Amino acid sequence: MSVSGSAPESTAVSVSGSAPESPAAAREEARGLEAPRFLGARRRPAALSVAVRIAVPLLLLAAWWYGSASGRIPPDVLAAPSAVAGALRELIATGQLTGYLLASGHRAGLGVLAGGGLGLVLGVAAGISAVGEELVDPTMQMLRAVPFLALVPLFISWFGVGETFKIVLIAVAAAIPMYAYTYLGVRNVDRKVVEAARGFGLRGHRLALGVVIPSALPSILMALRISLSVSLTGLIAAEQIGATEGIGYLVTLAQQYFRPDYMVLCILVYAALGLVFDGAIRLLERVAMPWRGHVVAR
Amino acid sequence: MSEPVFPGEAPDGLAIRVRGLRKSFGAKTVLDGVDLDIRRGEFFALLGPSGTGKTTLLRILAGLELPDAGTVLAARRRTTVYQEPRLIPARRVLANVTLGLPSSVREAGRRALAEVGLEGYGRAWPATLSGGEAQRVALARALVRDPEVLLLDEPFAALDALTRLQMQELVAELCARHRPAVVLVTHDVDEAVRLADRVVVLREGALAVDQAIDLPHPRDRDTPGFTAHRRLFLTHLGVTAAAH
Repeated sequence: MSVSGSAPESTAVSVSGSAPESPAAAREEARGLEAPRFLGARRRPAALSVAVRIAVPLLLLAAWWYGSASGRIPPDVLAAPSAVAGALRELIATGQLTGYLLASGHRAGLGVLAGGGLGLVLGVAAGISAVGEELVDPTMQMLRAVPFLALVPLFISWFGVGETFKIVLIAVAAAIPMYAYTYLGVRNVDRKVVEAARGFGLRGHRLALGVVIPSALPSILMALRISLSVSLTGLIAAEQIGATEGIGYLVTLAQQYFRPDYMVLCILVYAALGLVFDGAIRLLERVAMPWRGHVVAR
Repeated sequence: MSEPVFPGEAPDGLAIRVRGLRKSFGAKTVLDGVDLDIRRGEFFALLGPSGTGKTTLLRILAGLELPDAGTVLAARRRTTVYQEPRLIPARRVLANVTLGLPSSVREAGRRALAEVGLEGYGRAWPATLSGGEAQRVALARALVRDPEVLLLDEPFAALDALTRLQMQELVAELCARHRPAVVLVTHDVDEAVRLADRVVVLREGALAVDQAIDLPHPRDRDTPGFTAHRRLFLTHLGVTAAAH
């Protein structure tokens, strides 16, 4: 048996750790070697992550407070935090804030439920079947290009300025992003998995509910986020007309009576709602997609 | 048979030095004080049952995991071929091969493709390739970087048996020509004995056997000594029935 042509050192058995080596020789051997640069993400302490997360909003708040207190920001440009807090206390004391939130929540909830539900069904249908895509997609793509605010005059002439008009407007606004993202999500579901499920006899609604929708959930929840924020825009438009309560109506009030404190308060209420929506969806993601979070790059 | 089988020259010195390497995932310690030297130009195979930390060791060498303790040193130019090709579907084959390199290496990229037998595939999309072809592109992507250390993480495991044999041959040939230090992670004993200059069995977080393989190339099961090596490693892997 002959030794292969490689250098003798390269085939020598090196029993690990036990070879006697002088430090100098060991250094010489390892010349030019380096510790591999770490390419992955380091584990960060949770407290640090939370601190970084809230740092920017806190800084903005501090700058606002400092600017107002030192007189650098005139009150007619931006109301001081104390004035806004006063307006908030006033609204809470009269019970208007709760009433407004409930009224708006009712409208937005019904609108997102109806519009989002419709968008979800159409998106899944268009994503799963070629006929569904042909039937639904061109219309939805055209509708997507129409700013829903352009529909306000038409809807008023159809439904008047009552509740129906408001809910339908929000529903249309919410349906379009829900459709677009659901369709995209369904199209991106692993076709091999769908093929296998078809092979096991799953069809129609069982295929949609059991396989396609769970796999497309990340996109669908993304769609829900966007539908919710669009519904806030819809509220402002809808509650400008024929409303006596609601957080969109609050914007109208602030404008009509020129109340800088209410103007800022509106922004803060919307920002707080954004935070609530985000938290709710994150929670929903955790509950609805327990299989996520176990995914590691291996 | 005194003629050198490997025409390439192996430079002196080490390509990899590992001392006292430890790594745990939660309560499970997968590497428990590993010491290892791999010389430049050495074809090194790491055998072990699933979950023994073979891949973890390779990922530490690639910089994809951090060790908990110990020193790890490796030559600067390292590149990895994974079990899956990991090509970017949105880039053509040549762009995948020269990924992250300046455009002046396009010609070298084409040469690397030719070396793996995919001449003229540069403008193809990854999705149009078969599994074996895609894996050869991944190999070309590694070669074009002229690696001092080539990390192979079960690169043949997902291929069909025939393609696997062809790929093993190709890898043996390319490594003989370019002489990188190779770390091949595998659970296929035959593959390790066929390709490697040195085989280590990893068991319970430590190196159980460290054996040079002094057989002439090309090797197959009929090469004298092949079966003895195979039996030794299988025994250390806890498989006794199949060894005989």
